[in-house]
Amino acid sequence: MSILKVDGVTKRYANHTALDNVSFDIPAGCIFGLLGPNGAGKTSLIRIITQITGADSGEIYFKGEKLRPSHIKDIGYLPEERGLYKKMKVGEQLLYLAQLKGLTKDEATARIKEWVVRFEIKDWMNKHIEDLSKGMQQKVQFMATVMHEPSLIILDEPFSGFDPINANLIKDEILRLRDNGATIIFSTHRMESVEELCDNIALINRSRKVLDGPVREIKDTYKTDTYQVIGNGQLLVTSPDFEVLEQHENHGVFRASIRLLDGASPNDLLRYLIQRVEVHSFVELVPSINDIFIRKVKETYHA
Amino acid sequence: MHKIWLIIQREYLTRVRKKSFIIMTFLTPLLLAAFMVIPAWLATISDSEDVVMVLDESGLFADKLESKEDLKIIPIAAGSLEQAKTAYQETDYTALLHIPKLDLDNPEGIRLYSKKNTSLQVKFRLENMLEKEIESQRFMASGIDREMLNKMKANVTMTTVNLSESGERDSNVWVTSGAGIIGAVIIYFFIFLYGVQIMRGVIEEKTNRIVEVMISSVKPFQLMMGKIVGIAGVGLTQFLLWVVLSTIVVGGVQAAFDIKPAPTPIEQMQAGRDLATGEESAQSEKASQADMLSEVSSAISNLNFPLLLGCFLFYFLGGYLLYGSLFGAIGAAVDNETDTQQFMFPITIPLIISFIMSYTVVIQNPDGPVAFWMSIIPFTSPIVMMVRIPFGVPASELLLSMGLLILGFIFTTWIASRIYRVGILMYGKKINYKELSKWLFYRV
Repeated sequence: MSILKVDGVTKRYANHTALDNVSFDIPAGCIFGLLGPNGAGKTSLIRIITQITGADSGEIYFKGEKLRPSHIKDIGYLPEERGLYKKMKVGEQLLYLAQLKGLTKDEATARIKEWVVRFEIKDWMNKHIEDLSKGMQQKVQFMATVMHEPSLIILDEPFSGFDPINANLIKDEILRLRDNGATIIFSTHRMESVEELCDNIALINRSRKVLDGPVREIKDTYKTDTYQVIGNGQLLVTSPDFEVLEQHENHGVFRASIRLLDGASPNDLLRYLIQRVEVHSFVELVPSINDIFIRKVKETYHA
Repeated sequence: MHKIWLIIQREYLTRVRKKSFIIMTFLTPLLLAAFMVIPAWLATISDSEDVVMVLDESGLFADKLESKEDLKIIPIAAGSLEQAKTAYQETDYTALLHIPKLDLDNPEGIRLYSKKNTSLQVKFRLENMLEKEIESQRFMASGIDREMLNKMKANVTMTTVNLSESGERDSNVWVTSGAGIIGAVIIYFFIFLYGVQIMRGVIEEKTNRIVEVMISSVKPFQLMMGKIVGIAGVGLTQFLLWVVLSTIVVGGVQAAFDIKPAPTPIEQMQAGRDLATGEESAQSEKASQADMLSEVSSAISNLNFPLLLGCFLFYFLGGYLLYGSLFGAIGAAVDNETDTQQFMFPITIPLIISFIMSYTVVIQNPDGPVAFWMSIIPFTSPIVMMVRIPFGVPASELLLSMGLLILGFIFTTWIASRIYRVGILMYGKKINYKELSKWLFYRV
C-alpha cells in the first residue's frame, strides 16, 4: 500500500518550471530517497507535500485521500535550513511546536519526557536555544520533527551539520521510527549518504523524474554483469565469452574488470580463471546509485 | 483558531517576560515621578539658601528692600566697596549687591558680585525690586501715587464657550486640544514602537530559518496575525501598566513630599506675567487666576470621557492593525533590518505628516478641510481624528472615518498577507516595488 502518491505534479514559478509532471508512489513503512542535484526541484516537491505551497496541476494523495490541511499533524518535516527560536528555552520550544502540530499540552509534555531520556538531554531543558552547540540544536530540531509521531517523516538533507557520532544516533532513530511503522522520505543530493538506508528511491533532475523504484530492482536493471578480479599470475583472457574492460598489473598482482558476454555465468568465468591464475578476490561490480544517476542524467542530456 | 491562539500566547509571553519590557514598564513611571520631584526638590533647596548682602551708597533704597521668605537681604551699614567685598568673601552668602550713587533718570552701575554664578531667578528678583523702587520714586517725583496706578491697570481674560445644539458649554481651548493631542501622541508612538516590533519579529523568524518549520504546521496568515495580535497585547499591557503605575507612583510621591502638581501652561503664563508686572499686582490677579482654574476643571469635566476613551481605543487598535500588517509585510520582504529603509519610508511618511499636521493645522482649525480629509483617510485618521474629537465631530463623519479605517485595515492586511506568504520563503534576493507588486497576484 502506498502512503503517498504523487500524481502528475507540475509547479511553475515566474521564470522557470520547478516540477514538470512528476509522478511516483511511496510505499508505506519504507525509507524513501528523494534524490537529485541541487536545484532539481526536490524542495519544491517537499513544500507541496507539506502544504507550504500548492501545485499548479496534478494531485497528491496521502493514505489514499487527497492532501488536505488536517493531514499536517500526520506529517513531520525537517527543512534543510534548520532553525529554532533562539531566545526560547528548549522545553518551551518543544512544547510549542508539538502543540502547533495538534498535541494537547499533556500529551506533548509526556512525549518530551520520553525523548529527553532517549537523547539524554535532561540538563538542556531550561537552556535557551542560543546557548546550545549546533549539534545539540540539531538534536532538538529532530525531536521537534518527530515528536507528534507522524506516519510520514520528511527529512531534507538530514545529516548535514551532524558530527559522525550524532549522525549515527539519528540514523538509529530513523531506523527505529521505520520499524515502528513510520515512512521516511530522505531528500538529499549526496546520494552515497543514503544508499545503504533507502529501500526505494526516486531520482529527480531538472524538474523531471528520471527514475524511481525499489533500490534492489534498479540496481539489478543497471548492473552490467561485470566482475572485479584480483589475483596472482599472468592474466590473458582469450575466450570470446568474456570481455576485459580494464586491467592493471603491479609486482605480479593483477586487478581486472571483466564482463560476461552472451549468457555466460559468473561460475564460467571463475572456472576459466582458476585454470590460469591464482584468484584472491572475485566481486560483482554493482553500480552505485550515484553511477546510475550520472548515467541516467547523461542520457537525458543527450536525448 | 486554536493554533492562532497558541501563536498569540507565545508572541505575548516571550515579549512580556523580556528584561527590556520589565525594565521599560517600571522605569517609565519612575522617570515620570523623578521629573516631578527633582525640579521641585531643587527649587526648595535654592529657595532656602539665598542671602544677599546689600551695600547701598545711593541711600535711595535704605529700608525699602525687604527680606522675603526665601530671599534674605542683609544691608551693610557703611563702608567702601572693597571692605564689603572682603566681608562678603568671609561669608557663604549668595551674592553681594552694590548700588553706587545713582541718577534716577539713568540708573547705571549697579553690580551683583558672587562667588558662584548667581541663579537667574535671584538676579531677576533683585532687578525687579530695584526697578519697582526706582519707578515708585519716579512716580512720586511726577506726583503719581502707586495705588492709583494699580487701580488704573487693566487685566482681560476671556472665557470661551461652545455654542452647539445641545446648549452652551464652557470650553477651554487648552484642555480640549490637550486631551486630543495626548491621545494622538500615544497612538503615534504606539504604532511606531510596536509596528517595528512586528517587523523585527518577522525578520527574526526569517533569519532564524524557523519560518519553514512554522508554516509546515500553520498557515502564513495565522502566523502573521498571531504575531500582530500578540504584540498588540504587549502594547496594551505596557500602556495599562504605565497608567496604573504612574498613578500610584505620582500619587505616592505627592503624598510623601507634599508637592503641588507640576504647573499647567496657564499657571506658567501667569507666573511669567507675575514676573513682568511685579509681585504686588499679582495679588490683584489671584481672583482671575482662581476663575481660570475653575474654568479648566469645568472644561475637563465637560469633556465627553466615554466617547473620548472609546474613540481612543478604536483608533489606537485600528491604526495599529492597519500599519502593523504593513510592517509585518516589510519584515517578510527583506532579509535583514538594514534593507528595510526603502520600504519604511512610504509607511512612515503619512504617520509623520499626520502627526505634524495635528498640532499645527488641525489644532488651529479642527473643522477645516485639511482636518476633515485627514481624519477621513484611514492612513492619517487614527492620529488626526483623535485631535478633532474633543472639539466635537459630527457622528456621520466619525462613523465614516471609522468605517473607512476598518476597510483600510482589511485592505492592508490583504496586501500584507500576500507579500508575507511569498516573502518569508524568499532568501538572498533584493526586492524592489515591482517585484512586490507581482507577489500580490502569485498563486502559492
